[in-house]
Amino acid sequence: MSEYRLEMHDVVKTFPGVKALDHAQLKLRPGTVHALMGENGAGKSTLMKCMFGIYHMDEGEVVYEGERVQIKGPLDALNRGIAMVHQELQPIPERSIGENIYVGRYPLKKIGPISIVDHAKMYEDAAKVLKEVHLNFNPKAKLGSLSVSQMQLVEIAKAVSADCKVLILDEPTSSLTAAEVEALFTIVNELRAKGVSIVYISHKMDEILRISDEVTIMRDGQYIGTWEAKELSTDFIITKMVGRELSNLFPQRENVPGEVVFEVEDFTSINPKSFRHATFNVRKGEILGVAGLVGAQRTELMEGLFGLRSHTSGKITYQGRELKINHPKDAINNGIAMLTEDRRATGILGVLSIADNVSIASLNQYLIGGIMLNDGKIEKLVQENVNKLSIKTPSSKTQIQSLSGGNQQKVLISRWLANDPDVFILDEPTRGIDVGAKYEIYCIIADLAKQGKSVIMISSEMSELIGMSDRVMVMCDGRVTGFIDGAEANQENIMALATQFE
Amino acid sequence: MGETKGMALNGKSVIKFISDHAIIFLIILLALFTWRNSQNFMSKDNLNNLISNVAPRFIIACGVSGCLITKGTDLSAGRQVGLAACLAAMMQQTLDYSARVFDWMPDMHWTVALIITVVIMGCIGAVNGSVIAFLKVPPFIATLGMQTLVYGACQIITGNQPIGGFKESYRALASGNFFDNRFPLPLPYLLLPALLVGIFMWFLYNKTRHGKYMYAIGGNENAAQVAGVNVTASLIRIYILAAVMYALAGFLVGSKAGGASTATGSGYELEAIAACTIGGVSVNGGVGRISGILVGVLVFEVLKICLQFLRFDPAYTYIAQGLVIIVAVALDLRKYLAKK
Repeated sequence: MSEYRLEMHDVVKTFPGVKALDHAQLKLRPGTVHALMGENGAGKSTLMKCMFGIYHMDEGEVVYEGERVQIKGPLDALNRGIAMVHQELQPIPERSIGENIYVGRYPLKKIGPISIVDHAKMYEDAAKVLKEVHLNFNPKAKLGSLSVSQMQLVEIAKAVSADCKVLILDEPTSSLTAAEVEALFTIVNELRAKGVSIVYISHKMDEILRISDEVTIMRDGQYIGTWEAKELSTDFIITKMVGRELSNLFPQRENVPGEVVFEVEDFTSINPKSFRHATFNVRKGEILGVAGLVGAQRTELMEGLFGLRSHTSGKITYQGRELKINHPKDAINNGIAMLTEDRRATGILGVLSIADNVSIASLNQYLIGGIMLNDGKIEKLVQENVNKLSIKTPSSKTQIQSLSGGNQQKVLISRWLANDPDVFILDEPTRGIDVGAKYEIYCIIADLAKQGKSVIMISSEMSELIGMSDRVMVMCDGRVTGFIDGAEANQENIMALATQFE
Repeated sequence: MGETKGMALNGKSVIKFISDHAIIFLIILLALFTWRNSQNFMSKDNLNNLISNVAPRFIIACGVSGCLITKGTDLSAGRQVGLAACLAAMMQQTLDYSARVFDWMPDMHWTVALIITVVIMGCIGAVNGSVIAFLKVPPFIATLGMQTLVYGACQIITGNQPIGGFKESYRALASGNFFDNRFPLPLPYLLLPALLVGIFMWFLYNKTRHGKYMYAIGGNENAAQVAGVNVTASLIRIYILAAVMYALAGFLVGSKAGGASTATGSGYELEAIAACTIGGVSVNGGVGRISGILVGVLVFEVLKICLQFLRFDPAYTYIAQGLVIIVAVALDLRKYLAKK
């Protein structure tokens, strides 16, 4: 038997028009955590889906425990001891936790000639598995009663229950709080000690350097190399991922915050568990970063200001004029724009063209005679934005869903720019965007502030908050717990405010 | 209807083009075959007949298309057509007809009857739209309820009796031809309303805010709301417009049939939904073109007439229609699946 538990060699996978994997490779040792890194679109998830049998590779081979194997599908992978926790959860919220863990492989018992699901055994086993990963849930409770991060942990329990030898974790911490990340790391360490090979995909450098033994880096579907984690630095990893030196992570900002223009006073949600008594202001030409842990209600507060959620009390003023906002339309008419957190769920109109996506919020400006839309004017607007924000697209008729995350985000920014808003709310503007495109988004944000717009930027990335904000507002559990000047902001003082629970 | 522009004309692209439009090619082949076997198939009378069948169905399909594009549906379409036909019929009976439903009804011009029908049906559409937009009842259920409700109302109003004895002026609307049928091409009067509806809907869907908002809601309702689209108002407008189309179609169907009853329009909603789907209106929302809807309706009607000419039992026509629906949608979905 070789020193590796699983090897993938020369994997090639082509989708119409794209070579997603171009002779990629991965070698996993037993009892190690192996980080797989690369920009979005580098082929990490595709390679894992090949390993897990969701995709069939065009070329290449998989050697599992010294034997050449062909993995026919997820069920085959699970039977061989390969489990995967997907980046996007696929929960069945209306069914119990136990059923979610054992879906597709329910324990059976025979009554005469027919097999039926053995519920007693299922819940007993589920309780055991949950205990193994230190989760204190009732397996009979509905999965939907848990939070998203708790569901993610259940998903990990599910993988553990398969008694796997190889466990793939695809961005497992993207929705976890700091405490939950610690809990996850404890589980990962225990599994490693038991000899499980763990593939760990993440964008978070500190996590990678802390948890992993080896790191494989991919770029454009190709294998770049494998290194021991302890000999790596963040800079080295980024250079390898991007394929060029990134001298500056953030652009030089030239904005000068002016007088206070946008004020929010005592803003309280109708939901008692959500934001309450929020009071803050933003200056003209200022970037206000908003920090907080998952569950701090930052998104909810901003969606409340934008009219997507209802509030009971509170006053919003712009340049001393009180704004009445009960619907996004009111917010837009008052010069507020909002880039939402979940691009796919509440941002892009997937099957529609770039032109439709750019123009949808400003159609009133292109009317001929109050009825007919001026297609020429819309096309001009689109071309201007495509050039200004360097959006990479074959044409303005292309469906937005075929663009990369960074380009989709730029299209959405163009949508709002067309309205020339005064206040720009950005909720996680660089989530799921690769390193190179991130820099471009930062430049756009810096430019907005320079033009005198008030920018409110929610972010969960410390470096982004510290690197981009003139001021950081910190929230905890629905309350604004403090403000820190951008120049003085650091991980410690932000975390101190972010964990100021009542 | 993928992007075929700029594609080199080689064997592969030709095969792709044919397989993308397989149903249309099959129907054309069927029509050519029928023509070879029966010279009357391309006669002016038959083409007049075909156009007269297509016209009201196209208008109904245009109505229901807005509901489908916004991921909804309208199961009450057929019964609404029936009610509209009965309403129009009651207002267009000759004064001396012995079995007049409402003998107090004054003589009125057909335009007045049409306007009254449109207004009444528009109210029904507003109820459909409000139930869906405000009460958030899934469109399938909301319009299923409305289907049953309208049917009951229609039975009460008509006393469950068929309505006949139309004025000649009303009957002529659907049976007459332009230029007294002396023009070499078939030009039934029914061509005109269908043409006007087609142009109006094309303009509405492609050149107005309402159209853009409709596609946006179908593409992603939550994102449309964030972009400032008034989703509630748009949905209500869509269901009102649908009902107005049913009113117009019902008015014409009554005229063409020369009588109306509670059975009029039964099953039309499924034909219209099927035609839209064959014509590329996506069941996943956000996609659909008026030209496609016309093709969908034509496919259905040409198929029916061909099988009639080839002397198939009507029972087989149903089987063929059912197969066409399934095959057409399966082929259409394949186009999208291949991209994944």
